[in-house]
Amino acid sequence: MTTAPARASGPARRFARLLYRHPRLQLRLLLAAPLLWLLLAYLGSLAVLFANAFFRHDSFTGRVIFEFTLDNFAAVAGTEVYRTITLRTIGLAVLVTLVCTVLAFPIAYTMARVASPRIRGLLVIAVLMPLWASYLVKVYAWRTMLLGNGVLDWLFAPFGVNAPGIGEGALLLVFTYLWLPYMILPIYAALERIPESLLEASADLGGRTGMTFRRVVLPLVLPGVVAGSIFTFSLTLGDYITPQLVSNTRLIGNAIYDTLGVPNLPLAAAIATIPVITIVAYLLLARRTGAFESL
Amino acid sequence: MTESRWLRIGLWAATLAVLAFVYLPLVVIAIYAFNASDIQSWPIPGVSLRWFERALADGAVRQAFLNSVIAATAATSIALVLGTLAAFAVQRFRFFGREIISFVVILPIALPGVVTGVALSATFTTLGIGFGMVTIVIGHATFCVVIAYNNVIARLRRTSRSLEEASMDLGADTWQTFRHVFLPSMRGALLSGGLLAFALSFDEVIVTNFTAGAGVDTVPLWVLSAIQRPNALPVVNVVAVALILLSVIPVYIAQRIGGRAAR
Repeated sequence: MTTAPARASGPARRFARLLYRHPRLQLRLLLAAPLLWLLLAYLGSLAVLFANAFFRHDSFTGRVIFEFTLDNFAAVAGTEVYRTITLRTIGLAVLVTLVCTVLAFPIAYTMARVASPRIRGLLVIAVLMPLWASYLVKVYAWRTMLLGNGVLDWLFAPFGVNAPGIGEGALLLVFTYLWLPYMILPIYAALERIPESLLEASADLGGRTGMTFRRVVLPLVLPGVVAGSIFTFSLTLGDYITPQLVSNTRLIGNAIYDTLGVPNLPLAAAIATIPVITIVAYLLLARRTGAFESL
Repeated sequence: MTESRWLRIGLWAATLAVLAFVYLPLVVIAIYAFNASDIQSWPIPGVSLRWFERALADGAVRQAFLNSVIAATAATSIALVLGTLAAFAVQRFRFFGREIISFVVILPIALPGVVTGVALSATFTTLGIGFGMVTIVIGHATFCVVIAYNNVIARLRRTSRSLEEASMDLGADTWQTFRHVFLPSMRGALLSGGLLAFALSFDEVIVTNFTAGAGVDTVPLWVLSAIQRPNALPVVNVVAVALILLSVIPVYIAQRIGGRAAR
C-alpha cells in the first residue's frame, strides 16, 4: 500500500474521514436529495392539489379564486352523481380483484408447485412478457376485438350470439386482463415460499389435500393476494383511459379528469380526495396482514 | 400434500386457458399489422407489409420514440440516484421517521395515477412552469424512485456490511469502498431497477397525459391520440407490434441477471 499515505491528506480523503467519524452527517447527506425531491415534487404537489380543494372557483373564467370555502366538498358529498360514481368504481375494483384472484390462483399454483423447474422458468417468462408490453397497446387490442367486425364477433357468430361489444362488461374484462399479471406474481411468490415440510407435516397429521389447502396453503398465500390487490385496487381507481376506450361508463378517474378539463381545479381536487382516502385506508388495512413484505 | 392426477390435469388446463387469454389480444394486433386493407375487420382480407413502410417513414412516430427514450433515460438516471441514496439511508441507519420515508417512497405508485397526474398538473400551472419534456421527466422520475429503491434495498438486505468494513480496515476510504466494493455488489440491483424504471417510464400514459402539454408526444401519448383517428389505425398496429417486441428485451436481460445471481 504505497499509494495510501500520498492520498491521506487530500481533501477528498479528509472529507471521507469526516464522514466516517460522523455517521449522522453521512445520513443527512444521503437523505437530503431524495427527501427534497419527494417533498418538493411529490408531497408538495399533493399539498398544492388539496389546498386548491378549499378555494373558490370562478365559473365564468375557470380561474381559481383564493378564498377559503368548503363548497367543493359539499358539492362532492351532496351530488348524487359523485356518490354513484364512487360506489361504481369501488365496486368494480372489488370485482376486478376477485376475478383476478380466481384466474391467478391456478396458474400461480401450477408455476410454484406442479411444473418442473424448467417449465416453471418458461411460465414465469410467459407471465412477465405481457406485463412489460405496453398498457395502451393492450387496451387498444381489446377495443379492436370488441368493436363491430372484430375478432369476438367472428368467434361468436357460429353460435348465433352477439359479441359483448363495449360497455360495463367489457370494462370488467379489460381491467381483469390488464391487472392479472400483478396478481399472479405475488401469489406465485407466496406459494413458492411455503416450505415443503409444512405440507408434509399437515399430511402426516392426517390432513387431506383439501384440508391442507384450506388450513395451511390459503392462510400463507393471503398476504400475496393482498399485495396483488393493492395493485388491482389502486390501478382501477386511478385509470381514466380504459373506461373511455372500452366503455361508456365513467369512473372516478374520469370525473377528476373531466372536471379538471372544465376547468374547475378546486372541484377536481375535492373529488380526488375520494380515491386518496380509499387507497390510504386500504394500505393501512393491508399493512396489518403483512402484505408489504410481499410487494 | 399431493395433487391427484385429475387435479393436475385441471390445473394445467386452467394455466393454458389463462395464457391463451393473455396472449390472444397481442397475437390479434400483430396479425392486424400485416393487414392488406386499411379497414380493421376480422379476418383480414390479405397480407401486406405496406404499413410497416408507412410507420417507418412517419415523422411523428419517430419523434415520439425519440422523446420517450429521452424521457425514460433522464427519469431513470434521477430515480436510480435518489432511490439508491434513500435505500442506503433506510437500510443502514436507524433514525426518527425511517418508517415514514419507506412509506412516502411507495406512495407515488400506490396512489391512483390520476391523482398524481392532477397534482403535478395543478402545481406546474400554479408555479407557471411550462409543460414539456422537463415536466414529463419530473413526473416519471417521481414514480420511478420506488422501483430503484425497492431493488437496491432488497439487495442491501442480503449483503452484510462486513465486506465494506473489511475494505475500510484495509485502508480504503469511503469513496474507494464505494467504487470498488459497494458499486460492484449493487450492479445487478441497479441494472434490474434501472431496466424496470425505464420500461415503466416508456409505457406511462396516465400521469404523462397531464404533464406533457400540447407540444411533446411520447409513444403512448401518440398512440392515445392516433387510436381516435380511424385512418391512423394501421400505423398504430405496427407501433403496437414494435412495443410488444421491445418488451422482450427487459424480460431477457432480467432473466440473465436473475440466472447469474442464482448460480
